[in-house]
Amino acid sequence: MGGFARGSLGVLLPPVLAVVATMILFAGFLAAQGVDPLTAYRLIWLGAFGTWFSWQDSLVRAAPLLLTGLCVALPAQMGLMIIGGEGAFVLGALAAVAAGLAAGNLGLPDILVQVIMAAAGICAGGVVIALCGLLRFKRGVNETISSLLFAYIAIAVMNQIIAGPMRDPGSLNRPATRTLPDNLMLGTIPGTTIHVGLIFGIIACLAAYICVYFTKFGFAARIVGGNARAGRVVGLPVERMILAFCFAAGGAAGLGGMVEVAAVQGAVSSDISTGAGYTGILVAFLARMNPLAIIPVAVLLGGLDAAGGLLQQRLNLPDATMLVLRGVLFVMLLSADALQGRLTRYLAPRRLPVTV
Amino acid sequence: MSDAPGLEVVGVTKRFGDFAALSDVSLRLHPGTVHALLGENGAGKSTLVKCIMGFYHADAGELLLDGREIKVGNPRDAQQAGIGMVYQHFTLVPSMTILENLTMGLGFRPGRIDWKVERAKLTAFLDTMPFRVPIDRPVSSLAAGEKQKAEILKQLYLQAKLLILDEPTSVLTPQEADEMLGLIRSMATAGQLTVLIITHKFREVLAFADEVTVLRRGKQVGGGKVSELSVPEMARLMVGDQASRDHAGREEREPGEVMLALTGVQALDDAGGPALQGVDLTVRRGEIVGIAGVSGNGQTALVEVLGGQRRHQGAVTVGGEPFGATREEIARHNFALLPEEPLRNACVGRMSVGENMAFRSFDRAPIGSGVWVKRGALRRHARDLVERYNVRTTGIDAPIMTLSGGNVQRAVLGRELSGEVDVLVCANPVFGLDFSAVADIHGQIVAARNRGAAVLLVSEDLDELLELADRILVMSGGAIVYETKRESADRQSIGLHMAGHA
Repeated sequence: MGGFARGSLGVLLPPVLAVVATMILFAGFLAAQGVDPLTAYRLIWLGAFGTWFSWQDSLVRAAPLLLTGLCVALPAQMGLMIIGGEGAFVLGALAAVAAGLAAGNLGLPDILVQVIMAAAGICAGGVVIALCGLLRFKRGVNETISSLLFAYIAIAVMNQIIAGPMRDPGSLNRPATRTLPDNLMLGTIPGTTIHVGLIFGIIACLAAYICVYFTKFGFAARIVGGNARAGRVVGLPVERMILAFCFAAGGAAGLGGMVEVAAVQGAVSSDISTGAGYTGILVAFLARMNPLAIIPVAVLLGGLDAAGGLLQQRLNLPDATMLVLRGVLFVMLLSADALQGRLTRYLAPRRLPVTV
Repeated sequence: MSDAPGLEVVGVTKRFGDFAALSDVSLRLHPGTVHALLGENGAGKSTLVKCIMGFYHADAGELLLDGREIKVGNPRDAQQAGIGMVYQHFTLVPSMTILENLTMGLGFRPGRIDWKVERAKLTAFLDTMPFRVPIDRPVSSLAAGEKQKAEILKQLYLQAKLLILDEPTSVLTPQEADEMLGLIRSMATAGQLTVLIITHKFREVLAFADEVTVLRRGKQVGGGKVSELSVPEMARLMVGDQASRDHAGREEREPGEVMLALTGVQALDDAGGPALQGVDLTVRRGEIVGIAGVSGNGQTALVEVLGGQRRHQGAVTVGGEPFGATREEIARHNFALLPEEPLRNACVGRMSVGENMAFRSFDRAPIGSGVWVKRGALRRHARDLVERYNVRTTGIDAPIMTLSGGNVQRAVLGRELSGEVDVLVCANPVFGLDFSAVADIHGQIVAARNRGAAVLLVSEDLDELLELADRILVMSGGAIVYETKRESADRQSIGLHMAGHA
């Protein structure tokens, strides 16, 4: 009776339908540009999962999506819709670099400094999203809007800081922080080019899944998320639990930012806002807010991302093509959600006869 | 406009499953009169008018309008027959003006609306009316009394000759209520309207109605000309006069120490108005204290305060200690609560029956162990409760929202009573249930009392209270206004206090 196993046909059907509808529509889009859809789909497959090289590329791209996907899926367990993961991601990256540059000179072992960097990233991201949760129950501010606005603020703050107090005087062209020393960068999984951030992401998703479906805390969270009135009647601290989930969600995205900067970019520049936070929304929706399902979905979307280059190279399609694909997928998914209610009613077990 | 119709309701019966909401109810509305439909909550008043309006289809019985039988399949049919209803809550679109609302009410017409014509039509209509409303202000800016008038005008504008008002004064101040009812009365006296008004306020019946019909438990128990009835007679009809029955399982015992005490408890309702205005009460071990009252007098807020769902001022103590409905306090004092509408207030609909039954105990052995919830123990616990409390479900893994109301009630009662219980709060625990379920659940409540629990039973059914409670408190206007022991309980005085007439 785990969460994923409980995904009956009614739950799984909409995303599957959405993917099929997307492939048909996108085929039309390709054909309109004179590209053979079948060739394109073969290339996407090849670029995403066709070779070991493309697999590694896909997995690297999936790593931040695992964490930003959690930033949406965790608050969703409490009935909150947070879409501002990008802000937590960016601030997490900035805090991690600041912590790394500051702690790097203290003569601590590298691993300890990396732990401090991760903690800084988690706290920075966690505080932003927790603030959205706090505004929600203290002031009734819609958390979807506030988290989105906080993302804009976070990005603006990041730009301000990298152009001001944290600017690397050596970077002449554009504002960026100083680069982390090589010894503080995260390593790769032995024998691959995949950085360990992927492992962080998978562990975080597994931990979230186990927490929600198998622990006392998760059970309480499902009560509160399912019906806050019932949560109060059975004496659960509704507000504190919402805060905890928001913090964990923002922490996941912040950790994603830390991974991005400590495994890929090395320094924070405006490039740090990769859109991973926004793609995380798509990931979480496709995964139907199930932390375990985030893993395959993130790999799938990482693969689509990875295939973009090949499509551009071989078929001379513009870079934005994959964005179109992603956009169509999201719209289809939301449309399929509208179908959800009707499908479940259709597939639901018959109600018992109304006798008492 | 002197064509007020007469309406005759003959032998209407309406069942919901095994539950008869109306059995063989008849009443006669004479043309140009105001007829009051009086009864406690759940007596069947709303069901009856919903049958007249075509929201429900009666299982038996017929409607005669001016002596001719009419079939009302849906509210549109009722409107065409000239029957209009004004609901307890406002139905006008708040952001639109009265002109817009009333024009819209005339139904969908393709093409452009000529506002000049519509305005002229409405103004001409309003000139024939005894009361006036500003037609160009958005409805949201009007006072409650004006909104209510606009609702009535809307029905009249739609050519209603027979007007049904469902507790029209519950949202009005006494002055607004008097004015509105007075105008309605004068239109009826002038032969323009026939009015059926649902109420439980004797004052309004006495002042504004010509005739009255009293319903009790879905049956017509009396009525007649208002001028020939006294308030005590109506109160007796409304709450019944059978001798209070002793519950079979009740053991004689002296109440023990005070377990639950409220002192000066105040709370606001969702709209920010006062819901509780200084409630003081105590419940001792081994006694059932009943709270009687017409719904909407603060009982819901009282239960919400005890369940931690509503902020409050004043002191609530359980077992002599301050009680804030935290999980730790609930567990320490063996506090159990069965709120009304358990699916909305105490369950998560999409979680399984088994999970819902573990809401109290998931963090204690044997279900909770370390940080884990043990599925096996949860399922054993659920199977045991399903069997003991006779919950009919396709299985413990079925989402609890797929269960019928009575079975949700049983499941929650089982959850609440499964452990030791020192304090039990129940709100309308048998609302809408059939006879066997009622006996079952009453038996459980009395058994808890016999075991020494302090029980607070909030109910809109006076018979239930007289059968179960050791003491009865009457709540009115957010405060306890009357207290009586069961042995000396007098239905009439209880009824009068409930109606705010004492």
